[in-house]
Amino acid sequence: MKDSFFSKKNRRLITDPFDGQNPITVQVLGICSALAITVQLQQALIMALSVVVVMICGNMIVSLLRNVIPSRIRIIVQLVVVSALVVLVDLVLKAFLPDMSEKLSVFVGLIVSNCIIMGRLEAFALGNKLWPSFLDGLGNAIGYGWILLAVAFFREFLGSGKIFGYQIVPDGWYEAGGGFYLNNNLMILPPMALIVVGLIIWVQRSRNRELIEDN
Amino acid sequence: MAFNKDSNIFTFVFAISMCIFVAGVLAGTFSLLQADIKYNQSAKNMVDLLSAIEVDSSREMAEIDFDKYIAGFIVLDSQGNKIDSLSNKTSALSIDIKKQYKDKTLKLEDKKFPLFIAQKDTSNYYIVPLIGTGLWGPIWGFISFNEDGNTIYGASFDHKSETPGLGAEIRETFFEEQFTGLKILDNKGEFKSVEVKKGGATTDIESDNYFHEVDGITGGTITSDGVTDMLKDNLSIYSKYFKETENER
Repeated sequence: MKDSFFSKKNRRLITDPFDGQNPITVQVLGICSALAITVQLQQALIMALSVVVVMICGNMIVSLLRNVIPSRIRIIVQLVVVSALVVLVDLVLKAFLPDMSEKLSVFVGLIVSNCIIMGRLEAFALGNKLWPSFLDGLGNAIGYGWILLAVAFFREFLGSGKIFGYQIVPDGWYEAGGGFYLNNNLMILPPMALIVVGLIIWVQRSRNRELIEDN
Repeated sequence: MAFNKDSNIFTFVFAISMCIFVAGVLAGTFSLLQADIKYNQSAKNMVDLLSAIEVDSSREMAEIDFDKYIAGFIVLDSQGNKIDSLSNKTSALSIDIKKQYKDKTLKLEDKKFPLFIAQKDTSNYYIVPLIGTGLWGPIWGFISFNEDGNTIYGASFDHKSETPGLGAEIRETFFEEQFTGLKILDNKGEFKSVEVKKGGATTDIESDNYFHEVDGITGGTITSDGVTDMLKDNLSIYSKYFKETENER
């Protein structure tokens, strides 16, 4: 029997990674980039978009090649696919969106080391057809992206008093302007990203008890 | 004969053809986009240079503005002696100080130090390109001086890979504008440079350091120190030239 394009099974490929199978909060993958680029929302957003592109293309290419990739060198093949895509994204950004490319600087290159991508290629695309692989890539990249944005929101808001670079906390509130408010400098340091991710996991698990492991 | 994707021969054939194919695609894309990338970089360089004299340019306007404001160009050696003055201003940008900085085999005596002379609203300014090391990679920038070669008129910094929100803040206006009005020579006329001070610059106007400190960046101490070193290393050379021209006047 052939699945329709948006059968229940296919829809779950997109919706699962949002919550129950979220790559960051449930599978605890890609934590390092969640630490590095969540100080400001804008960087988190561009990173999330780049991951969406690389993830979808990578998943589709590996899925197309799944019947010819020799299994002994499959990890290397996946690595080459991801690295080549990342270099392409980097070149295109540099040529056509130079300002964007400057903002992202080193992090485009770091997409290669994002274990979510390798994880999905290995666990899903290698054994599934093109369309489900596309959906799986999209779902996981967005699942990754929204956590990134959520963490960046709290860190930028509480750490710098801004959202997307626009000042939200009025100058008059700050101590320097005679007010009572101070930015929390701890928020812009990497450890706070882990704590914010931890809080998100806490909220998520108290809502969805199935995620709690028994000991 | 059935196709066996796990045979040794096919594994080799697959690996080799994959390498050739991927290398071809990447090399092809690069040569297609190379011109655009180069143009973007040189335009960005000009925008940064102009922002050191508080001229807001854009990538599109960079070449026109560069022609309008940059009046001349001098090359110095490591002792601050003038070794060349070219009229071709764009060739000045082609002295690759980043490459020169990275090349550890190049002796100090052989390095060239370009200096730009800008004209804005009938005043002359010197613009000095800077290059140094931050926490994760190179940092660079331009700093401009009034005609006395002592008082800083403006500064612009940039970096390759400093931490966003921390060291990367050196490229933000709030950091750059602190430099305006500071001096690189002390009361006696000796070279003192400007320090990026952890814990904040002194606010005591009587202090000897009042004109030689700016606020450091919280959480970006190593990048801040990198800026301090970059200013010291580069400006010590240019200040020799400034002093000599001042004496001649």
